[in-house]
Amino acid sequence: MESNDDMKSLIDLDLDLYVSVERSICMKIKWALLVSLTALAAILSGCEPLLVLDPKGPQAARQASDIMLSIGIMAFIVIVVMVILVVVLVKYRASKQPDDYEPPHIEGNKWVELICVGIPVIIVAVLSYISVQSNYIVESAPTGYEDKEPLVIYASSSDWKWHFSYPEQDLETVNYLYIPTDRPIEFKLYSYGPITSFWIPQLGGQKYAMSDMVTTLHLAADEPGELMGRNANFSGKGFAENTFNVTAMSQADFDDWVKEVHETAKSLTEDKFNEILEPGHLGQMTFTGTHLEFSPAPEHNHDTNSDDAEAEHDEHSSHDEHASHSTNEMGHSGH
Amino acid sequence: MEFLKFFERFAIPNPSPMIYGSMVAIALVSIGIVVGITYFKKWGYLWREWFTTVDHKKIGIMYLISALLMLFRGGADAILMRAQLATPDGKLLDAQHYNEIFTTHGVVMIMFMAMPFIFAFMNLIVPLQIGARDVAFPRLNALSFWLFFAGAMLFNLSFVIGGSPDAGWTSYFPLAGNDFSESVGTNYYMLALQISGIGSLMTGINMMTTILKMRAPGMTLMKMPMFTWSSLIANVIIVFAFPVLTVALLMGTTDRLFGTHFFATSNGGMDMLWANFFWVWGHPEVYILILPAFGIYSEVISTFSRRNLYGYTSMVASMVLISLLSFLVWTHHFFTMGQGALTNSIFSITTMAIAVPTGVKIFNWLFTMWKGKIRFTTPMLYAVGFIPLFTIGGVTGVMLAMSAADYQYHNTMFLVAHFHNTIIPGVVFAMLAGLTYYWPKFFGFMLNEKIGKTTFWLLSVGFVLAFFPMYITGLDGQARRMYTYSAATGFGPLNLVSFVGAGLMAIAFLTIVYNVYYSFKNSPRNIGSDPWDARSLEWATHTPVPEYNFARLPQVSSSEAFWDSKKKGHQLFTGELKDIHMPNNSGVPFIMGIIFFIAGFSFVFALWVPAVIGLIGVFVCMALRSFEVDHGRHIHVKEIKEIEEKLGGAKNENRPHETSRV
Amino acid sequence: MKIDHTKPLEYSTDQNQLNILGFWIFLGAEIMLFATLFTTYFTLQGRTGNGPTPGEIFEITPVLIETFVLLTSSFTIGLAIHAMRLGRKKAMLTFFGITLLLGLGFLSTEILEFMTYYHEGATYQTSAFTAALMTTLGTHGGHVTLGLFWGLFIILQVKKRGLTPENANKAFIFSLYWHFLDVVWIFIFSFIYLKGMIM
Repeated sequence: MESNDDMKSLIDLDLDLYVSVERSICMKIKWALLVSLTALAAILSGCEPLLVLDPKGPQAARQASDIMLSIGIMAFIVIVVMVILVVVLVKYRASKQPDDYEPPHIEGNKWVELICVGIPVIIVAVLSYISVQSNYIVESAPTGYEDKEPLVIYASSSDWKWHFSYPEQDLETVNYLYIPTDRPIEFKLYSYGPITSFWIPQLGGQKYAMSDMVTTLHLAADEPGELMGRNANFSGKGFAENTFNVTAMSQADFDDWVKEVHETAKSLTEDKFNEILEPGHLGQMTFTGTHLEFSPAPEHNHDTNSDDAEAEHDEHSSHDEHASHSTNEMGHSGH
Repeated sequence: MEFLKFFERFAIPNPSPMIYGSMVAIALVSIGIVVGITYFKKWGYLWREWFTTVDHKKIGIMYLISALLMLFRGGADAILMRAQLATPDGKLLDAQHYNEIFTTHGVVMIMFMAMPFIFAFMNLIVPLQIGARDVAFPRLNALSFWLFFAGAMLFNLSFVIGGSPDAGWTSYFPLAGNDFSESVGTNYYMLALQISGIGSLMTGINMMTTILKMRAPGMTLMKMPMFTWSSLIANVIIVFAFPVLTVALLMGTTDRLFGTHFFATSNGGMDMLWANFFWVWGHPEVYILILPAFGIYSEVISTFSRRNLYGYTSMVASMVLISLLSFLVWTHHFFTMGQGALTNSIFSITTMAIAVPTGVKIFNWLFTMWKGKIRFTTPMLYAVGFIPLFTIGGVTGVMLAMSAADYQYHNTMFLVAHFHNTIIPGVVFAMLAGLTYYWPKFFGFMLNEKIGKTTFWLLSVGFVLAFFPMYITGLDGQARRMYTYSAATGFGPLNLVSFVGAGLMAIAFLTIVYNVYYSFKNSPRNIGSDPWDARSLEWATHTPVPEYNFARLPQVSSSEAFWDSKKKGHQLFTGELKDIHMPNNSGVPFIMGIIFFIAGFSFVFALWVPAVIGLIGVFVCMALRSFEVDHGRHIHVKEIKEIEEKLGGAKNENRPHETSRV
Repeated sequence: MKIDHTKPLEYSTDQNQLNILGFWIFLGAEIMLFATLFTTYFTLQGRTGNGPTPGEIFEITPVLIETFVLLTSSFTIGLAIHAMRLGRKKAMLTFFGITLLLGLGFLSTEILEFMTYYHEGATYQTSAFTAALMTTLGTHGGHVTLGLFWGLFIILQVKKRGLTPENANKAFIFSLYWHFLDVVWIFIFSFIYLKGMIM
């Protein structure tokens, strides 16, 4: 058995060798990893833009720009930290120092710490300002659509499907959504079961649908197209398949569709609706009439019809924009 | 036939060959352990030395072993999930099984792996760092451990009897209510977390009292080692956060067992109330986990840069600020729950604010390395890997804090990536660094460096491969907790990459097991009591640490008491030896653990008679404790002298020229 | 065990001081516990479903009795500790006993109160409001019940072993607990009963 000292210096030598080999391998690995990951991400995502970063409506556009800005600023922070780390590791590694070097005792430095607190505070302040602004934007009529009358759609979930009730058009669909472009849509969300989350990534963010209150989500589609929609909040066994198709189309096409529905679809009876509510997966279905008469949404101030504006709870996302359209949706039926 | 009907309730609702196979394996291993212990006649030893111990060091080791076992349980869940999602329309697990697996993965990793891991280090290290002989309430400490263990065993039993919970580790209502979660799984969740939560609260009280009142002479609060500071603050958070969980779990239990309407959606119940209470506890909980991890990094980075910790005061202040802010951010876990722009704005700002003190700490660690003499040992590698990886995780947190953007990130894989990106490089790396760093102190030999470094690299590369693709798939519409996806979504390739990463991580964890085995067999045992040339008082003890920790209590005059005694000749231990008063062992904590387990199990299955008997049993134990007269025992000077001689005698006394360098 | 005779008996040993600090910290946790219960109550008090409202079931008489009895018991436990500080064991035990009797009176009244609620159709399962009300009152009452047993054990120990530093420590900590329950009751009285009967 060697003495402690001999063993220690052998370990030092071992460590030094290991470390310098390691350094070069380490740098190479890090670089290779970064490059390959970026390439991989591009290739594996099919060279198509990610849904959230491919907005098709003003709300999603605002969110995407917030995301890109925050990525940029955060990347700056990450790079600063990494640079300092690499510099410190390279400069002050033990293998590069003389054996008798004793590091100094450093308690702190007022100016350094001021910068390390000050710059993050400024960054947080800037992001806070933008964030608060965005909060109010996503909770009100989409930018550019403020003076148009919103189309109100009640989107309700039951295990594991979505029901879309169009009170203005007096029709209802299951698991698919047709919406007109160039018109703000006001989704009234609620659930017949567990908490779910209504999400169309390319139009905007999600919002929870719950069984004891109605939440409101303001979206709009700028251009026609097929979009993905899904429940984003885990709700049990059938959650993964709890998706719906969204098709945005011109107002004219939309009106044509409404007419077609009223010509061909059956009326939604209470019995049929209760049958549909049973847990399970269904395909797409279409009905005239909505379930809102016999199974109204859990809005706090109940009106007899589905006139929504006054029914909004104070805490919710209701905003001034509602009041303007409150009175005469009923006049705009699809007929 | 009625008789058999009674037993139907214990059947698991969703059996499969995989589950049956695991049940058989569990049964065989359990029987094997019992048979083995009996064969080697070790029951007496186990009872005397471990089941009845009140010694903080042994309790710490029991927490450690439990945490490592649970790490593999939770890890098995993880690899199954990644395997199922590696390809579109995977057929490995059906939806129900997948749901049970991700639920247990979350609960096990946070409550039964990470929490005991930090409690292990708090127990092992804090009394030594402050120069004390044990914690303030050694009996209560033992009870804390056995309650944790009872809760962990109860939760793990669900898999075999009655069915695992399947509503997510967050267990939101109404999904977790009787209407939508019909098996007893969620009952297990409510009761197991309640039992182990009581143990955690006791540790909070115990550690706070210990740190506030039992420091060695001369150790003012601002001279404590940073790990002790981080433990103090984490335990303050525990004391104020866990009662909220206690009430929430109680209400969830009564909703399910007694038909109350707290969260049930009829007759006035409010499902959002559960979400609020859960996260009022849940967010401070993650800071409970990360602060001791930060403490370990402070010790490791300081030791292996051979420098004092930079910015001691701001390190303390930042942790205090973090702990306060941690109670003011909970709503960011459900920005999308419809509370409106004003509320979301407030919590968005408070959430982003937490990044500032956290950033201060990162910079302080970097500046600790500045002008240092950096040794790349295994613990230091984990600390060095932590800095960039955790920073990435932390900044994605700032991104998530922007609530309008969060409407897109929420409940997607982006979120999953973020919290694993903070927990794994943050907590898990720290735990592994701490394990490697403190291993020689408690076990008398070093873990092998080469294997340790291999573990680090495998784990780091595996982690990046497993979780970074999730940022991308989350932005592409992959929600979390989905048991499958179709090929048309395009999520396949990146999920496959994740699976490869998870595989590397699994191999990394196996190398830890191998390291323990290999080092046990091959590492030399003559490493002395300070193999790393460290700086704080826990290293001023013998290896192995004697029962009483210090023969004489140390006199402290700086925040690096041990370092100063080595380098500046300051004398740590002076004065005459005196008799040392130690607490006696006790079997009551272990028995109370068993009683809680029985009561918990009975409540899960609504077996009211044994449940009530169990509760009465708890109170009987408390009554017995009240009447108990136990003044402990004394270790006499003669015995102390013998032990000190055996362990290396006067080694730690007054050695101004000692340089015990590795 | 080193006894510091310059301090009151309950603070006179190291372990005694640790116990008292530990208990204060425990009370901090209990404050969070009751704060959560109150939050639940305030959130759910208007959600009465098919069941009765607070105004319909609260009655002033039992509430006043409970308040008077509990507040008096807090006074008597204060007298008990004062007697203990003076070393007067018999007086201490007498006041301790009166405290526990008053506590028993509180509990009996509360049990009758609950029985009345049940007869009026306000059961634990009736609505969110009743669940929150009964859990809050019940948690407080459960704490009082535990206190009755605990206080009894302390009386027996003091009787048997005399006024030792350990017993004094236990008695003092019990008094902290009892005072705490009294403070919680004041909140219950004001924000649950009074508010429910007036508004």
